Amino acid sequence: MSRFETLKELVAGGGKLLVPFFTGCYPDGDTFVELLLAAQSAGADALEVGIPFSDPSADGPIIQAASQKTLEAGTTVDSIMACVKRARERGLALPLLYMTYYNPILHRGGEKFSREAIASGADGVLVVDLPPEEAEEFAPIARANGLDTIFLIAPTTPEERYPLVLSRCSGFLYVVSVTGVTGGKEAAVDTVGAMTGKLKDMTDLPVLAGFGVNNAASAKAISTAADGVIVGSAIMKLVGEAGPADAPAKVAAFIQGLRAALDG
Amino acid sequence: MDQVMPKGHFGQFGGQYVAETLMPALAELEGALDQAMADNSFREEFRALLADYVGRPTPLTLASRLSGELGINLYLKREDLCHTGAHKINNTLGQVLLAKRMGKKRIIAETGAGQHGVATATAAALMGFECIVYMGEEDVKRQAPNVERMHLLGAEVVPVTSGSRTLKDAMNEAIRQWVTHVDTTFYIIGSVAGPHPYPAMVREFQRVIGDETKAQCIAKLGKLPEAIIACIGGGSNAMGIFTAFLDDPVELVAVEAEGEGYDTGKHAAAIRAGKVGVLHGQKSYLLQDDDGQVIEAHSVSAGLDYPGVGPQVAYLAESGRLTVMSVTDDEALKAFHRLALAEGILPALESSHALAVIDQVAKRLKPGSDVVLNLSGRGDKDLATVLSIIEEGGGR
Repeated sequence: MSRFETLKELVAGGGKLLVPFFTGCYPDGDTFVELLLAAQSAGADALEVGIPFSDPSADGPIIQAASQKTLEAGTTVDSIMACVKRARERGLALPLLYMTYYNPILHRGGEKFSREAIASGADGVLVVDLPPEEAEEFAPIARANGLDTIFLIAPTTPEERYPLVLSRCSGFLYVVSVTGVTGGKEAAVDTVGAMTGKLKDMTDLPVLAGFGVNNAASAKAISTAADGVIVGSAIMKLVGEAGPADAPAKVAAFIQGLRAALDG
Repeated sequence: MDQVMPKGHFGQFGGQYVAETLMPALAELEGALDQAMADNSFREEFRALLADYVGRPTPLTLASRLSGELGINLYLKREDLCHTGAHKINNTLGQVLLAKRMGKKRIIAETGAGQHGVATATAAALMGFECIVYMGEEDVKRQAPNVERMHLLGAEVVPVTSGSRTLKDAMNEAIRQWVTHVDTTFYIIGSVAGPHPYPAMVREFQRVIGDETKAQCIAKLGKLPEAIIACIGGGSNAMGIFTAFLDDPVELVAVEAEGEGYDTGKHAAAIRAGKVGVLHGQKSYLLQDDDGQVIEAHSVSAGLDYPGVGPQVAYLAESGRLTVMSVTDDEALKAFHRLALAEGILPALESSHALAVIDQVAKRLKPGSDVVLNLSGRGDKDLATVLSIIEEGGGR
């Protein structure tokens, strides 16, 4: 059973979910492993790990820069999976998904990628430029190998598309809280509420909101309209500014702040 | 050979590999395009602009001195004589007309060499649109005259500082801006590339090149040519001239940019050296490394300096309908000088690639065969590049 099943129980118990995002092997492999473990200790409920792509057309400047730096440092799909495996060996127990673009998966082969992702200790995958229409080949392969397939619903998605997206989606549903790229505009609770209101009777998957959730106040606000939040750019900005030595402690403090806001 | 298969796929190529946010915008565009193409008044407005503003039909010129040397009849389809100096304007006028019909407020575009940027700025000025062009910081430096042209036409040029700071990064940024302002903004892609319906739409707006060529050949020669040659970056001028001939017994020669040579790794030969991949919303041949990261392309011609190729071009190449050849920077430069001296025409460096295979093509054909070469643009924009290479002692 996928570790993502645990999220349903947390939601049923009234909890609000917190999912931090980390670009793989940024700023370096060792620090990345420490960041994953620090996030767990600080109260995260699941983790999203970005496998960088040279052409991240859905990402804002912060995640673009992190992707470019980690690729320049020689990061590969293999090196990220090896780090996740190390984190698992050191006690990382949270559900974890890979977020990436389709080309690194296509190049490797969907079957091989899925097998290796599971072997590394991942539980799910989100491919940002693979809408449900194009996922007919990859999504069943990923699922057959035990990976949950997370899909997006955006503010622009017409309600008629919701069933199609949901039919491909497992683990949790990712609601894009702004019309834009990651880390750009501030998430708007009305926008999220409009989507989650319609989704309530359509799925029993946890519905998490991301893109533009930048601080404890916005996490708290958005969580009133969703089962939880995904926070990426704000954390990666902190990692970039703190440097390898200080990043785990600073990120842990930030996540504790988010946790407290969500629980308060 | 019909061109669009279900969901905009060409065999295994094409598709709509975009973030969910853009899927409804693509559906809206597809619906508006279908309606427009079925509307006589839209088609008539487009036709009139091509005639009265672009200056179509463009001539089919017999290159007499070169033909004598080669022992064939070489005809040049003179897209260099289009307003703004290249075929790019055909497509931007079509898309701006569509944007107007859809009630969009602003136009955005990516550009590499600046030709598509200039053509977009021109069409936007003609129809009173706000226009923003994304251009890699490197290209802004290399193509300063085109940046100034866009400014004079009222467009804002935004330098892109991410990634390799060239065309592919400009396209990434245009996609990001489109995602962010999708309700009000129309994104004009300059090649037969990107997510469906762009490859089919750009082909339809460019197919006038081949439709005219066919009529001109029948009028002048009483028959179709034996071969047609075009360069390919993304493939818009190639699909423009090839489309009318896909079902005819005419050899279609597509010429890729081989840059400094295939073995150096510094080239733009996506069909020859690429693997099937996904970039900018489409599945096609793509230059990429062992981990699926995109490799920067290289060509002396900025218009061919792109790591992918349009999906229909990939499909036609895979199916064997196209003869795919490649040409190095040096060979293209020699062809540039050759056409200037023999025919009094300065070709764009892109079109020079097509010309550079003419000896090989002529050798394969019977003497007296008719060959059409798509002279997709004029070379004035490339003077700085060519002159600096001459200064370094190369090229002639």
